[in-house]
Amino acid sequence: MKKSQSITSKLPALLALAVVVAIWCGASEGGFVPEFMLPSPRQVCQALISDAPVLAANAAVTLQEAAYGLLIGISVALVLATLMHRVRWLYRALYPILVITQTIPTIALAPLLVLWMGFGMAPKITLVALTTFFPIAVSLLEGYASTDRSTADLLRAMGASRWQIFYHLEFPSALSYFFSGLRVSVSYAVVGAVISEWLGGFEGLGVYMTRANKAYAFDKMFAVIIVIVVISLLLMLLVTVLRHAVMPWEAYEKIERND
Amino acid sequence: MTQDTATLRAEQISKCYNGRCIIQDISLQLAPGELVCLLGVSGAGKTTLFHTLSGLERPEQGRVFLGEEDITGKPGKISYMLQRDLLLPHKKILDNVALPLVIRGTPAKTARAEAAPYFAQFGLSGTEHQYPAQLSGGMRQRAALLRTFLGSRGVVLLDEPFSALDALTKREIHRWYMTMMAQLQLTTLFITHDIDEAILLSDRIYILSGKPGTISAELTIAPPRPRDLSFGVSPEFLSYKKEILSLLDAS
Repeated sequence: MKKSQSITSKLPALLALAVVVAIWCGASEGGFVPEFMLPSPRQVCQALISDAPVLAANAAVTLQEAAYGLLIGISVALVLATLMHRVRWLYRALYPILVITQTIPTIALAPLLVLWMGFGMAPKITLVALTTFFPIAVSLLEGYASTDRSTADLLRAMGASRWQIFYHLEFPSALSYFFSGLRVSVSYAVVGAVISEWLGGFEGLGVYMTRANKAYAFDKMFAVIIVIVVISLLLMLLVTVLRHAVMPWEAYEKIERND
Repeated sequence: MTQDTATLRAEQISKCYNGRCIIQDISLQLAPGELVCLLGVSGAGKTTLFHTLSGLERPEQGRVFLGEEDITGKPGKISYMLQRDLLLPHKKILDNVALPLVIRGTPAKTARAEAAPYFAQFGLSGTEHQYPAQLSGGMRQRAALLRTFLGSRGVVLLDEPFSALDALTKREIHRWYMTMMAQLQLTTLFITHDIDEAILLSDRIYILSGKPGTISAELTIAPPRPRDLSFGVSPEFLSYKKEILSLLDAS
């Protein structure tokens, strides 16, 4: 019952996607758009297959940068958001700075990081950490603040310390917010890594992209875009799987709400 | 838990916020094993009084004693059940009810082992490893009561424990709670706005009224507990009800 419903609900999206691919096919195969400007889906598939080993090797590098950056981003977000939640003056001091850092364009930051840290992985990981930590930190802060007051009173009446209230109530309450932030952050992580590779580096999907671009090899360009999209989607799926594993009670709450 | 059953005593408590007093000069006392009800119109400061008795709030004046110990403004001494069941959605029922023991420093495993034997008595068998969202309202309320009981050292404060339940569930849970109280030797102070419930369950009733809230009357319900539900339709019951209604009107 549930399975068939989820297929029905995804049908419009699949149809829309099919229509887009069909239009693309018609435009390129039908000769409406010159081949060098818009390669056909068939050519993109060929590029994907013939360049698969190279794409895989580059994807591994990009994924590594994204993963390290994300891990650092998550850790910093956890520590900082928790500290900011517990220490009010820290919140007041840091929150505006957090928001300001988010208005700095990534593109502008990347060359600076390359200048400071060289062409290795360090500037890429730093950039990914910088872009991913913000959505998680903000979600966590919001999650901590959303803790039910009466339940906190109940725990205090039991004689709970601030740390116990945090451990038993505030942190678990913020978990769903954390995962929403993480979902946004994983896609930022891949894009962030690719952008930083554009501006200096020797390997990675971003570097591959720059080379394809310079060679006017737009079939490869499209191939690498598809790889990035697939990686991002898989990572988002991974977050959802992780969320279900960490928060099994959510499934029951949804059933209850649907009653 | 229940072995060191003690008396709860409040002496001339006043609690004010921003210079406006919510409750004033309230004194009350509970003997071991007694079931006492606090009845009053809304806005009379019942919940404020409970927050103060439980130690969540420190009164401007007056003291609260548990036995000989001064527990004014000291939470964690008496068990307090707030209005909603407030079970933690992310913990299984067993961990939810064992929480007060864990908060007090009991290792989780020991706390679970201590809580588990009470599940049958509280009509919760089989729910140990379920999440609160999987339980009905009545069961959640019983789980909250079990948690309150496990956290208690003899005295429990219940803020409208049965008000969220439908009439039939309420009737059933009243009957259950009366036998329960006798078995567990609990001393209970509970808030209600339901006069029938107050007469049916209590040994004594305090009537809280006015602004700021004060105790305007106290009355004893003589028939011994646990009471048969037929008591609820007896002439004696009705005369108590009449008396309470006139007291409420007068205040």
